[in-house]
Amino acid sequence: MVEEATVMSPDQPTGQADAASRQRVLATITGALSDVSPGPEPERTETTAEKISRPAGPAASGDVIGLFAERCADYGATVVRLSSGRATAEAARMLVDRGVRRIALPAGLLAEAGPALTNSGIEIVKDDPPLASAELDQLDGVVTACRVAIAETGTLVLDHSVNQGRRALTLVPDLHLCLVRGNQVVPDVPQAISRLYPSILAGLPLTWVSGPSATVDIELTRVEGVHGPRTLLVVIAE
Amino acid sequence: MNPRIGPDQPAVPTGSAKPAPALPFPAAARRELANPQLRANLRKATSTIQAKRALRQAETPDWQELRSAAAAIKDRTLRHLDHYLLQAEAALIEAGAQVHWAATADEANAIVTTLVKRTGADEVVKVKSMATQEIDLNEALAKAGIAAWETDLAELIVQLGHDTPSHILVPAIHRNRAEVREIFLAEMRLNGAPAPPDLTNDPQELAAAARVHLREKFLRAKVGISGGNFLVAETGTLVIVESEGNGRMCLTLPQTLISVVGIEKLVPTFQDLEVFMRLLPRSSTGERMNPYTSMWTGVTPGDGPQEVHVVLIDAGRGKALAEPTARPMLRCIRCSACMNACPVYQKVGGHAYGSVYPGPIGIVLTPQLRGFGAAQTRSLPFACTLCAACADVCPVKIPLPDLIVHQRNKAARHKQREPRPHLETLAIAGAGWAFRRGWHLGLVGRLTSLAGRLAGSRTAIGPLPWPASAWTRARDLPVPARRTFRQWWKKQQS
Repeated sequence: MVEEATVMSPDQPTGQADAASRQRVLATITGALSDVSPGPEPERTETTAEKISRPAGPAASGDVIGLFAERCADYGATVVRLSSGRATAEAARMLVDRGVRRIALPAGLLAEAGPALTNSGIEIVKDDPPLASAELDQLDGVVTACRVAIAETGTLVLDHSVNQGRRALTLVPDLHLCLVRGNQVVPDVPQAISRLYPSILAGLPLTWVSGPSATVDIELTRVEGVHGPRTLLVVIAE
Repeated sequence: MNPRIGPDQPAVPTGSAKPAPALPFPAAARRELANPQLRANLRKATSTIQAKRALRQAETPDWQELRSAAAAIKDRTLRHLDHYLLQAEAALIEAGAQVHWAATADEANAIVTTLVKRTGADEVVKVKSMATQEIDLNEALAKAGIAAWETDLAELIVQLGHDTPSHILVPAIHRNRAEVREIFLAEMRLNGAPAPPDLTNDPQELAAAARVHLREKFLRAKVGISGGNFLVAETGTLVIVESEGNGRMCLTLPQTLISVVGIEKLVPTFQDLEVFMRLLPRSSTGERMNPYTSMWTGVTPGDGPQEVHVVLIDAGRGKALAEPTARPMLRCIRCSACMNACPVYQKVGGHAYGSVYPGPIGIVLTPQLRGFGAAQTRSLPFACTLCAACADVCPVKIPLPDLIVHQRNKAARHKQREPRPHLETLAIAGAGWAFRRGWHLGLVGRLTSLAGRLAGSRTAIGPLPWPASAWTRARDLPVPARRTFRQWWKKQQS
């Protein structure tokens, strides 16, 4: 069945040569695996992901949000924890403090964060119709939500649904402020992967962000800010 | 604005590397060891990364279980690679991607070149990728008049410096900041936005110059080229793990994206990534997590490239799969922990290996992919003391020392089959003769004890003329005993 679905149609870009290569690669592999007992489905008897002992270390117990805040700040991000009522106002203040005047805001965040930002004198630019890359480059920053935050590693994960905007939105502008809800913070990577599975099945792309863009390519000296946003602000609303 | 493109000027980066023909490891190592700057850079780099990695391992209590799980997942994938490849292909097509297959490096290069030409573009932006380096894609594109811009900071330093990478994670590890400044000042203006004339040695400023230089390329690029750290068979999701954001730029801004992926990069399910996303950053850069990871599944309408190609390459991997002993080398996730731990790599650096894969995994993988025909590839498995430091740190538990011995065995057999006799083959044949009969060994013993008596008070013999120089130029030869065991025994009995 799988075979039928994958037969190359003649209008495939590289055509016949491709189909011949495909046969050769697959024949080489099948020949190479003559020692493996054939079967319709691969066996799944060895130790696999599910068998790994779950939450370990500091994430296992205690203040998961606190651990996330600490580890995210470790990378050079600015992280604040607030009650949910004060989150957007504080976000606006943080932006104004940094001289931010024009930001992009995804459509799904307009109702929640729009008023507080506008009241602080920040101009909101909508990505509708989509802004050209050069226009994104002219913005001071972007404010988005996220899908999951991981305490163990201090990581934000965006699935680019409606309150996070398409990928370029959080990439080209030089500042990214991310609003995180307390119930989005999970202790570790395995739990994050479980929560992200529906996004993957829906075909959404994911971007995992752990601090601002960084490099150690010159003499292993850490430099923050190469191509991605050089400033990462995180506001956690509980 | 773009001084590079003229009507009769080929659109190729002036910095594309032209690697010199590789010397066998011992000669190349001698050349590299003569560079004190390189040794200092390597010492600093490998010790810093190793210390960070050890720290992250220590704070992960289930580290050993993670390694076992990763090895098991990779083994299972490899043992059923045909099944998972077909599954991945179907999922990718379902998600709007076009899948291409390449049995050899040349085929892969031809496919990518055709795809780029079809878009009408004469340049591409590239994410750092071992697979595309392995197949010399940049050179193939240059021949077709297509400029391939490397966008990883270290790869940019290497490309602008007309150089080759010396480490798979930090490819410009052999360059210090002063050298990087010189390269940027001289070369950036020939390839696009120039470096500011008052550029200093400060890494912060150097990185800022790279940001400006590359940004115009990102914003105008029509085609992006990447490799892939993982390809999820179940969903067709590709994963790129990076630090700087140059990867995100290449994966997001161009209209067309071409990903060149080795067939061993598959993992069966999305859930399996929970193991690798914990192991790879910690093993590689010693961070809990790398700054950016991108995961995408074919085409996402309205977001990122709308034409997505995946080129699956074999290029020698299928042959490795056919040897059950060699198979575990295909578990490799290219983290570079083994080279940082290797006492040989720490001294000689990546260029001595004459291959894009240096260090312990390189001396196993390179002869496997290129064959044992050349003296250079045959010399690689011997660039090792069998200390096993690499096996301890490998996150997918590749039994590197076993594989290195396996490759030495293949190198030796290859030499035996060649018509021209090798010194080593003759020496081993001589040893075989000596041990075949008692009186053979007795005769050899009488000769060596004579040599021992002639040596006088010396304890070691220094450099000897050819052919003995093959042994003595790197080692002291102990003076043979003046009395053989047989002579001693006879005396005891009488």
